[in-house]
Amino acid sequence: MSVPLLELQNLQKYFPVSTGVLLRRKIGWVKAVDGVDFGIWPGETLGLIGESGCGKTTTSKLILLQEAPTAGTIRFGGEDISGLQGRELMRYRREVQVVFQDPYSSLSPRMRVGDIVAEPLEIHTDLSREALHERVAEVLELVGLQPEVARLFPHEFSGGQRQRIAIARALATQTRLIVLDEPVSALDVSIRAQIMNQLEHLQQTLGVSYLFIGHDLATVAHISHRIAVMYLGQIVELADSLELCAKPLHPYTQALFNAALPAHPDERHAKLTITGEVPSALDPPSGCRFHPRCPRAMPGCAVEAPVRKEVAPQHMVACHLF
Amino acid sequence: MAVLLRVSNLQTYYFSFGGARVVKAVDNVSFMLNEGETIGLVGESGCGKTTTCLSIVGLLPSAARIVGGSIEFAGEELTHKRPREMRRIRGRQIAMILQDPMASLNPLFSIYTQVAEPAYYHQAIRGRPLRQRVQQLLRAVRIPSPAVRMREYPHQMSGGMRQRVVGAIAMAGGPKLIIADEPTTNLDVTIQAQYLEVLKDIQQESGVALIFVTHNLGIVAKMCDKMAVMYAGRIVEQGAVRDLFRSPKHPYTQALLGSMPKLGSKEPLYAIPGHPPNLAQLPSGCAFHPRCAHAMPQCVSQEPVDRRVGANWTARCWLLERQAQEEYVSAIA
Amino acid sequence: MVDITEQTNAAAATVAQSEFTSVGRRWSSLARGLPVLPLAILVPFILIALFADFIAPYDPTEPIPGAKIFEPPFWMQGGSAHALLGTDFQSRDVLSRLIFGARVSLIVGVTGTLVAGSIGTALGILAGYLGRWVDQVIMRLTDAWLALPGLVFAIFLATMVGPSMWNIVIILGLVYWTRYARVIRGEVLSLREREFVKLAEIAGGSRTRVIFRHILPNVLNSTMVLASLTIGVVIIAEASLSFLGVGVPPPEPAWGSMLADGRSMLMVGDWWLTVFPGLGILLVVLATQLLGDWLRVRLDPQLRNM
Repeated sequence: MSVPLLELQNLQKYFPVSTGVLLRRKIGWVKAVDGVDFGIWPGETLGLIGESGCGKTTTSKLILLQEAPTAGTIRFGGEDISGLQGRELMRYRREVQVVFQDPYSSLSPRMRVGDIVAEPLEIHTDLSREALHERVAEVLELVGLQPEVARLFPHEFSGGQRQRIAIARALATQTRLIVLDEPVSALDVSIRAQIMNQLEHLQQTLGVSYLFIGHDLATVAHISHRIAVMYLGQIVELADSLELCAKPLHPYTQALFNAALPAHPDERHAKLTITGEVPSALDPPSGCRFHPRCPRAMPGCAVEAPVRKEVAPQHMVACHLF
Repeated sequence: MAVLLRVSNLQTYYFSFGGARVVKAVDNVSFMLNEGETIGLVGESGCGKTTTCLSIVGLLPSAARIVGGSIEFAGEELTHKRPREMRRIRGRQIAMILQDPMASLNPLFSIYTQVAEPAYYHQAIRGRPLRQRVQQLLRAVRIPSPAVRMREYPHQMSGGMRQRVVGAIAMAGGPKLIIADEPTTNLDVTIQAQYLEVLKDIQQESGVALIFVTHNLGIVAKMCDKMAVMYAGRIVEQGAVRDLFRSPKHPYTQALLGSMPKLGSKEPLYAIPGHPPNLAQLPSGCAFHPRCAHAMPQCVSQEPVDRRVGANWTARCWLLERQAQEEYVSAIA
Repeated sequence: MVDITEQTNAAAATVAQSEFTSVGRRWSSLARGLPVLPLAILVPFILIALFADFIAPYDPTEPIPGAKIFEPPFWMQGGSAHALLGTDFQSRDVLSRLIFGARVSLIVGVTGTLVAGSIGTALGILAGYLGRWVDQVIMRLTDAWLALPGLVFAIFLATMVGPSMWNIVIILGLVYWTRYARVIRGEVLSLREREFVKLAEIAGGSRTRVIFRHILPNVLNSTMVLASLTIGVVIIAEASLSFLGVGVPPPEPAWGSMLADGRSMLMVGDWWLTVFPGLGILLVVLATQLLGDWLRVRLDPQLRNM
């Protein structure tokens, strides 16, 4: 088994919560990410799905080095990224990029598209102006835009096109992993399919890996090879995409599938058995964090946190039912 | 079932630059809604679905005007009504639920005050009956411990709860029609599912009709009896939800359905090329032709007309005309 | 897959085509909306200031040979055509002094604003972007500076360093930078959270790069609006300083000092010595304020569209 491109081990991120105006006592921790493990292999897409407050955004911030983990390690190409500095750090930044959800605020409004796409190249390489030009044209064509659009400004493009520009920028340097944070949620329905297809095409051509973060099950399942389901800072299930859709094992995953919108009016989903709101990460429930809302909770669930087990080949679940 | 709402040939245009620029936001839109029915108005951004709804409730911005057509609600013609009359209808007979619950709720007033307001004004209930009514409404939207929670303020509630409060406010005046404009866009998946169940319950209990404005076909599949697909200010296909999902007749409907990812299937998505049109610069003929896989020369020059393709099912596309002709020819041959 | 790319390319081509023309349309619509009144006032004044040497009939610092003192404008009794707007207490031509005074006012106004704007914007960006102690230090400095009464402080500085036009420019710049710092800092604080800035940081961009490439261009709009509003203030400040005798030193003509010189003669009815320079100040300041207002409205919605 080859080494994964990105590997998270027992990752934790706790945010301190303090109160009081002058003295600022710490009253607790928001355990945004609490023991997350997964790996992404070269050329594969890992989908990360969960609702608000589950920690997927914090996880992506940790991967992008926007936050430092409280505990645990992140390895890229086998190397721990936490201590990276100087040239090693720059190399990481060159190889790991991100595409955000909102196409209207992720492009610098006063820069030309060509300059926006060239920026990572300018930061990381010494290419001459002509070489930069060429590379920008190359990458714009890769995402389905004509090289001539490099002279235009972002506000002249539609949402879908802007997302393409953002993807182009993410690919400009020899990127190996792109973190896609809800990249199509803000786009019109007919454009979403375009971007999804484009992303798949790019992956097949360039072999780049994706961490696809989303909240829409169908979208994430479509583009991902494997899916990780997060709840309150932990991964409750991790499996191959088709396998997960056919046999969701964790009660939370099942609830997500039940809650998902049907693709056809005749489609019947099992009755929604989940109730209530997502509890806050400040004071998570004891034992298994899902137990207060779980329709199949057992007495032991409130006491002991379940351990992740491989229940079927490549199918991990953290649940006392298994 | 009586007809509750009949929109006929509605035309709402936006005027700017002193009338020099006209945007035909809603152009010749007709549909019908019976009491207790749910219709989904489906389309992408800029297709005119929100403008249609604003036309119905009389809340168009100053730059927009209804220039033609009629809106008949419960037997009355709404397009001729004065603002004061529309104000009486809004809230009492027609209510709206909007996308962002935080924007719909006043942060300074308690939940009780806001839910009670329509009942206070439109049904003139006071005092203890009013308190009971508010609790009843909150219970109908499944808010636990309503007597306690109605004393709270919006910021003390989660997004899902707030959206339910908005639903309670909408029901407070006892309306016959609720227009919900993308009410679940900001909600989490499981919260959205709970909320839609609540809406369904309300409908069954009170028999209110629902117009669901959305770009999400999944919501339409779950909630609506019939649907109207809008593109560039026109309805390109409308009919029973089952019919359209089973065999959509208009290429745009087909494309929309084909571009939806389906759980458990890795089939490649059909990506509609191009992007939704700029309403100020519409293509000639059929507005969809630049993106249509079946475009014919006629589509560029002439706008198609509505054609009946089944019981209560119409679509406008030259392809259907041609198919009908071919069928006719082969039938008589 | 190729199919889709081709179709998208074709669509992008049509889009790019229409966007080329839309760029042109954008500029012409900008031109259509130009504020007529402020420009109608400012452009002539700017031209007058630029070509003062050619337009002015006389040397403003020398008395007109053969003229009397306090001659009234030509349309009044006692006036003559050789001094169209009259003469002052040294028989110098009022018109020529007005023309050269325009130059002084505009130069001081513009360069003073430039100095204030540069200092203020730089400090605002540093405070907003670097945050923490840099922010604290700069903000406390701004607070302290704001506590100083502007004009009094300017007078104090002027008496310290001695009056000369360029000293005045720097002094006024030092007095008025605080309004920029505050506003720009606020904008930078919100800009900093915008995604495209975060993206530049994630891509590995140095702080210098982020500031110059991303932050600065996006605060320029606000800077420009503030600048157009500050010019008027600086011009009045300069006029006040000159009026008080610590501004541009005589015999250099400045509207403020003309006001000061002519003040006593108002009592005897020699109004032209004060009304004309006063009108000049009024018109230029009014025009810059109107222009600033127009710019503010113009640039804001566009900013939102972008």
